[in-house]
Amino acid sequence: MTDVYDKLIFELSSPGRVAWSLAEADVPEADARKLLPEQYVRKDAPALPEVSEFDIVRHYSRLSRMNYGLDTHFYPLGSCTMKYNPKLNEDMARLPGFARLHPLAAEPLAQGALQVMHELARDLAEIAGMDAVSLQPAAGAQGELAGVLMIRAYHLSRGEKRTKVLVPDSAHGTNPASTAIAGYEVVEVKSLPNGEVDVDALARTLDTDVAAFMITVPNTLGMFEPRIVEITEMCHAKGVQVYMDGANLNAILGITRPGDLGFDVCHFNLHKTFTTPHGGGGPGAGPVGVKAHLEPFLPVPVVTKDGDAYALDWKRPSSIGKLQAFWGNFGMLVRAYTYIRTMGPDGLRSVSDNAILNANYIMKRLEKVYDIAVPGPCMHECVLSARRQKKLGVTATDIAKRLLDLGFYAPSTYFPLIVEEALMIEPTETEAKETLDQFCDAMIQIAREAEANPAVIHDAPVTTPVRRLDQTKAAREPNLRWTRRA
Amino acid sequence: MRYISNTSAQQKEMLGLIGASSIEDLLVRIPAKARLSRPLNLPRAMAETDLVRHLQRIAGLNAGADEYACFLGAGSYDHAIPSPINHLISRGEFFTAYTPYQPEASQGTLRSIFEYQTMMAELTGMDVANASIYDGASSLAEAALMAHAVTGRDSLLISRGVNPLYRQVVETYVEGPGLKLKSVPLGDGVTDVDALRKAVSKHSAAVVIQYPNFFGSLEDVRAIADIAHEAGALLVVVADPINLGLLTPPGASGADIVVGEGQGLGVPMSFGGPNLGVFAAKNELVRRMPGRLVGATVDRDGHRGFVLTLQTREQHIRRAKATSNICTNVALCALVATIYLAMLGRRGLVRVGELSTAKAHYAAERLAGVPGVSLRFGAPFFKEFALKLPKPPERVVARLARQGFLAGVPLKTFERSLGDCLLVAVTEKRTKAEIDAFAAALEKAVA
Repeated sequence: MTDVYDKLIFELSSPGRVAWSLAEADVPEADARKLLPEQYVRKDAPALPEVSEFDIVRHYSRLSRMNYGLDTHFYPLGSCTMKYNPKLNEDMARLPGFARLHPLAAEPLAQGALQVMHELARDLAEIAGMDAVSLQPAAGAQGELAGVLMIRAYHLSRGEKRTKVLVPDSAHGTNPASTAIAGYEVVEVKSLPNGEVDVDALARTLDTDVAAFMITVPNTLGMFEPRIVEITEMCHAKGVQVYMDGANLNAILGITRPGDLGFDVCHFNLHKTFTTPHGGGGPGAGPVGVKAHLEPFLPVPVVTKDGDAYALDWKRPSSIGKLQAFWGNFGMLVRAYTYIRTMGPDGLRSVSDNAILNANYIMKRLEKVYDIAVPGPCMHECVLSARRQKKLGVTATDIAKRLLDLGFYAPSTYFPLIVEEALMIEPTETEAKETLDQFCDAMIQIAREAEANPAVIHDAPVTTPVRRLDQTKAAREPNLRWTRRA
Repeated sequence: MRYISNTSAQQKEMLGLIGASSIEDLLVRIPAKARLSRPLNLPRAMAETDLVRHLQRIAGLNAGADEYACFLGAGSYDHAIPSPINHLISRGEFFTAYTPYQPEASQGTLRSIFEYQTMMAELTGMDVANASIYDGASSLAEAALMAHAVTGRDSLLISRGVNPLYRQVVETYVEGPGLKLKSVPLGDGVTDVDALRKAVSKHSAAVVIQYPNFFGSLEDVRAIADIAHEAGALLVVVADPINLGLLTPPGASGADIVVGEGQGLGVPMSFGGPNLGVFAAKNELVRRMPGRLVGATVDRDGHRGFVLTLQTREQHIRRAKATSNICTNVALCALVATIYLAMLGRRGLVRVGELSTAKAHYAAERLAGVPGVSLRFGAPFFKEFALKLPKPPERVVARLARQGFLAGVPLKTFERSLGDCLLVAVTEKRTKAEIDAFAAALEKAVA
């Protein structure tokens, strides 16, 4: 792993070196400076690097080796569903008919793309028990925004101006952030110590000012909400819409469906459950599903099918509008479609079964050495607390850094916020028992080290290209772009 | 089963250790009435060979730009993509990594984003660029919210020269905060500066223009910046970074925030997504910016390293008070753009701009020379222009498609008053032969 290579691409630059290959101008007047008024022409060429193709290939290959990726390392990041990204999906997304299709090609010239979108929306609706799905949101957070805006439009269409949205204190940060952008006051609802919704407290909070209750199922402690049906019924009785954050959908495929639990809206993270790659932070895709009463409010355009012909339907006067310029992150949609067709209904069910099995196995193997946030069985992820280790001076961050040295990416740390020194572990179904055992052995080794030799943990990581980084300096003296060293 | 690693023997062994007799035992918390009592109603699993055949057939129904000469633009462009890009981004260490929250194990991603931020700041002429937003339209929506937060003002003036699809996205995003959008009319293909001067007021949070605008025309950014700033409003400029190798950067003409669509920088058109939302601003606005930022720092041994920084702006820390709800962005597309810009470099990007300009002007001359066809606007343009046709553009486009041309975007659905117009984009990839053939085919189509 250790690769002493400290360069930025700019630092490889050598004047006159080129990597590009462009055809000579074949039109009569080729001097752009004669075609454009002078004020529009940049005075100096932009300060981009001048490097060769080989410089570039070697530079980015070496940079890649400074990353832990799923293809090289186990990635037990809770709530992120870091499962294997099938290579077949990549080939299919790169078929020229998909990758080289312009979004404004006339509908008759884009029937294949529209077919993929129509079928994927239908499949996702079936998986979630929803009546309609929009594929337009670019990521989970944008799916949330779309969902909350649809809820807002629904209430307004009924002449109701509700002002608040309830969000549990265990929620992902995007939930309150998306809700706030949609113009709502966010009211945080305290969870019970076991992470479940405090149903009595919720009952007291529900009133005619509340537009929606937004919750994650299974919750962020990896537990299924046992009273969920009762909760959605309670909400509906007060005219409150119920939103499910679908980040943890990997736990329930073919087992239960948000729509059947009473949810009105849910989003999907195709980059979690449906194997599209995370790419170092994106792109993802965050389709949003709704029940029939919210269908008029879906983002435009909606892909429709009439006989054998697919079309984009823009004539939807109640729509919340558009979320991105075009129709969605289509390349990601092709990958998810490929995955769903590869797995079929039985395969998807098996995904959740094995994700749950793997999480429970890790929890069982580690329950003696770490505190468990909530006793099992859990769903697809488990949350440990390093509070015992913290008493020895070893924090969740320290454990995470030590894991890097032992050849694993770290679990999510300090989330959910309601668990002290949280370590949130989601193994996914694509990992085998052998890997889980190696990981558990490492976690047990760290717990022993915390007692016997904490220095090795505090020093960690030492095998990575850099050691622990000074976050305070980064924030106090922001250095956000390269400048030539004097 | 494919993509599931445990064998049935291992499953039994694991259940034994857990103390469960079956997976069902692990599902006890799910109430019986909440369980799905039937298999999902989805098509059966397909073998790889069958699935490939199926998807090749479906993809074949689309008019990919390989079989057609593509003159479509309006926010997505057929620029050439150098070969190394796909090879490099496909390295699993980039492709399958998560957001770089553990910086010591993510220096590759972090360092490439730092390079990306540097390149975007340079091209836009701004101080600082973020690690990306979803696409140009959502970047603009974020800029609108940011201008509101920075100025405390509630009104936005948006030129009708801004991509209408972008304006629709802004409308969606400002619904919650209740911002008012006012559109500024066009003169001869560019923003009507007198109308803007009348419309701007002490309630204006920002003036928004696109450069070159939706119709390809070049706005006078400096003059519009002065009008905005006199009223205490910010100037937000939508710009495509691939054009800024040749064109004067908006930052040099007074822009406060520059957003745009970076798809042209090596990202496949892919039916409109994923794209690359560029977001750049002046230094004094950095703490109000949306999205991730990578900063340089040092490690324990004093070595240079990179981290996600100024995270107290973001949703995972600030929750309801965050500057934006964005979490997942389009990091891999940013990597694509970084490699693209390294490939083209200081001279190559200028050359792409020069070639696009030259070919677009040649195409404009040839196409406007067809009897009955004319350029709709007189303003200087860059690589895109509106043609006025003597026959309904939709029908002309359908006819030309049969002859292998994606002739352009009919403007009727975007701007009713331009129902007889076609928007034509010409990138460096088009050849004189294609343009000549297009002109000949257009002549027959409108005869």
